Amino acid sequence: MNGIHDMGGMQDLGPVQPEQNEPVFHAPWEGRVFAINIALGAWRKWNTDAGRHRIELIPPADYLRMSYYEKWLQRIIQLAVNAGLVTRDEIESGRPAQGSEKATPPFTPDRVALLQRTGAGARRDVPAEARFRAGQRVRARNIHPLGHTRLPRYARGKLGTIHLDHGVYVFPDTNSHFLGENPQHVYSVRFAAQELWGGEASPRDAVYLDMWDNYLDPA
Amino acid sequence: MSHHDHEHQAVPSDLTLRVKALESLLVEKGLVDRAALDALVDNYEHKVGPRNGARVVARAWVDPAYKQRLLEDATAAIGELGYGGAQGEHMVVVENTPAVHNLIVCTLCSCYPWSVLGLPPVWYKSSAYRSRSVIDPRGVLREFRLDLGAGVEVRVWDSTAELRYLVLPERPAGTENWSEEALAALVTRDAMVGVAKVPAPPKGATA
Repeated sequence: MNGIHDMGGMQDLGPVQPEQNEPVFHAPWEGRVFAINIALGAWRKWNTDAGRHRIELIPPADYLRMSYYEKWLQRIIQLAVNAGLVTRDEIESGRPAQGSEKATPPFTPDRVALLQRTGAGARRDVPAEARFRAGQRVRARNIHPLGHTRLPRYARGKLGTIHLDHGVYVFPDTNSHFLGENPQHVYSVRFAAQELWGGEASPRDAVYLDMWDNYLDPA
Repeated sequence: MSHHDHEHQAVPSDLTLRVKALESLLVEKGLVDRAALDALVDNYEHKVGPRNGARVVARAWVDPAYKQRLLEDATAAIGELGYGGAQGEHMVVVENTPAVHNLIVCTLCSCYPWSVLGLPPVWYKSSAYRSRSVIDPRGVLREFRLDLGAGVEVRVWDSTAELRYLVLPERPAGTENWSEEALAALVTRDAMVGVAKVPAPPKGATA
């Protein structure tokens, strides 16, 4: 989706403003929202890609206005309602629906250590054909899907060079919509800054993107 | 930074209440375990953070064989120091040299190597940084008071997939006999994202 989230290359979004001695969370509610997102994810009703797409679906004006964890709050409510974990009525009343059964939370305190040890990788140990090899010239596909994609607009249609093959990973464009993991090779692709941004860009500089097989054509 | 810029707008006062109500509902329904939420917050506030990455960098500076392993298979080499897991499952380390400067960004969302740097700062997730670091990395770096010469190649790494990036900064001059521990104390988060260099210690400082 050509949404506001795909902002690489925009120029009028203000100066970068680092904060000295920044806390991890700026208010306790931010930490709670962060933790709720992870803990509810353990129900496995959605996946990381679907979670990212939910944030992309926040209307552009809201997306720019809301703070980071406000977006996470909106996202988790939407995911939980869509998955049937809670109802809108329950969110609004703050109380479980009458007669609803109490569940057993899958994310227990001991899972934090596991999260830290192994996480949840997106790499898949399945055979998949590598259509490209290091050093090969490629062109990023000029696609504009209405759903989730990790191919930013600024790279579409551009010429690059395969830097290396990272191996086989879950394909977000399908996984985000529960259409299967469709594992395929992900490559690091080097794009010269001048190819992306024209002759004004530095002749030495480059942007590297990680791109799935389905994002590329031979050039 | 002020909390009132467009990335961190005046927080509606009802957010605390809304989140409390949501948490209570989820606990009552048995969907989340409150102690697990406490443990998650504690983990990212106190246990995982840029000191992890600093230890990786310092080890690479003092141990050439480790550095080699780190550049070839970062996930495994970082795992040797006990760091891994969420948002560090698939790591790549890129090395700064006098000729090459690396900068990490996620233009599409906020991907960041949690296992070695903790959760990202607000500026990293800001529209300003995400939008401009790919088209004008040198301008962004100047805002961080880092002015790179035209002879230096700037490589921007846009974290568009599940690979997470860490910059191995250059070891500053004047630290030749420093211990690994003292070196780790010099390494900053910003240097490991690539928006800064590791500053040289004051002349005469030893550790």
